[in-house]
Amino acid sequence: MEPYGYALRGERMDNLKSVIETLIFVSETPLAEAKIKEVLQDIHEGEISSAIHALVQEYEQRNGGIFLRKIAGGYQFRTSEDTALWVQKLRGQKPAVLSAAAMETLAVIAYRQPVMKADIEKVRGVDVSGSLRGLLEKNLVRIMGRKNVPGRPIIYGTTRIFLETFGLNSLSDLPTLSEFKELEE
Amino acid sequence: MTSEAYEIKLDIFEGPLDLLLYLIKKNEVDIYDIPIALITRQYIQYIDAMQSLNLDLAGEYLVLAATLTHIKSRMLLPVSDEDEAEEEDPREELVKQLLEYKTFKEAALGLDRMKILGRDVFGRDYAEDDLGADEQIIREIGIFELVEAFRRMSRDTGRSDLMEIDIEKISLSDRINEIVDELEKMGERTFTDLLGESSNRRRLIYTFLAILELMKLRIIKAYQSVPYGTIRVCLAG
Repeated sequence: MEPYGYALRGERMDNLKSVIETLIFVSETPLAEAKIKEVLQDIHEGEISSAIHALVQEYEQRNGGIFLRKIAGGYQFRTSEDTALWVQKLRGQKPAVLSAAAMETLAVIAYRQPVMKADIEKVRGVDVSGSLRGLLEKNLVRIMGRKNVPGRPIIYGTTRIFLETFGLNSLSDLPTLSEFKELEE
Repeated sequence: MTSEAYEIKLDIFEGPLDLLLYLIKKNEVDIYDIPIALITRQYIQYIDAMQSLNLDLAGEYLVLAATLTHIKSRMLLPVSDEDEAEEEDPREELVKQLLEYKTFKEAALGLDRMKILGRDVFGRDYAEDDLGADEQIIREIGIFELVEAFRRMSRDTGRSDLMEIDIEKISLSDRINEIVDELEKMGERTFTDLLGESSNRRRLIYTFLAILELMKLRIIKAYQSVPYGTIRVCLAG
């Protein structure tokens, strides 16, 4: 049996897809499958799952300007990267980009979390106060608590905004660190 | 090379390790077998150039220069026969650090290649005003509202006709830690809650300074729904 085995018949399936499409369209943040099921509580959960799956496939096959992506544990419409230039032109603003320093600090936090500031500085070999503050301001990282060692240093981790910004469904979608390691002879 | 060209070149290094990696790559030498004398000489030339251009040279660059010089001197020392077996390569620690940095530098480039929201891909734009209109309107507040609230609080609490004998030893960092702990546990506290626990003036002041410091570091945020209303404090992010 295929994973989405609830064979819905024509009109009913189309209706369900339209409703789900609408819910995702009007949501500001990625809409969790659980939330969709909560709203459509009379409908069998398997039917909802297969309708979502079908919708994702439809956008994929259409290969147009918009795709339905699974992001931060939910579904959200995202534009194709091929159209980025025009969107920037429409908005009349250059995209805010992270500096290389901020990106390095973010990479250490993303892969090493929960991580102390001192550990980030040890990897990067520089003071990271500035880039860390910038990342906190942008809500890409957050304070996760304190480490239970003398001095109780603050530990940092990434946020849901981080997943949304980088189009990840979860942290496990990050490429593994070993992919970046030099191949040792 | 004109000084201008130097400046542009130097500006691209993200730190001493980045400069060192650059030199290793430029000289096409093996990272596992760094010719320390050569690399140290070039490294010091670079930071000399940075200093002569009055670039704000981070102390970390000098620390690595010292490390390199130290490794170089250790490598010049003769190794006695019985020591040779357990004697580790003086470069080992540095190589480990370099490789780790290199991995994360690549990982950062990896992140940069992803489809970043607002740069490569876009979501729908939402007019903020239309959303959550029925929610209580709260606005983030700054230092002045806090100072005003503190003035009112200290007027109510402080009795200047009493002399204080300082028994409780308290430091600003203690109070910062306590506040962060409390916010972690409770999620949100009012400004009055936090200051109200302060039984004496010294503690009151330290509490206030701690809140200001935490706001400056953007570890906490303060909100208020109406002018002179209750100020709520929570962890940022």
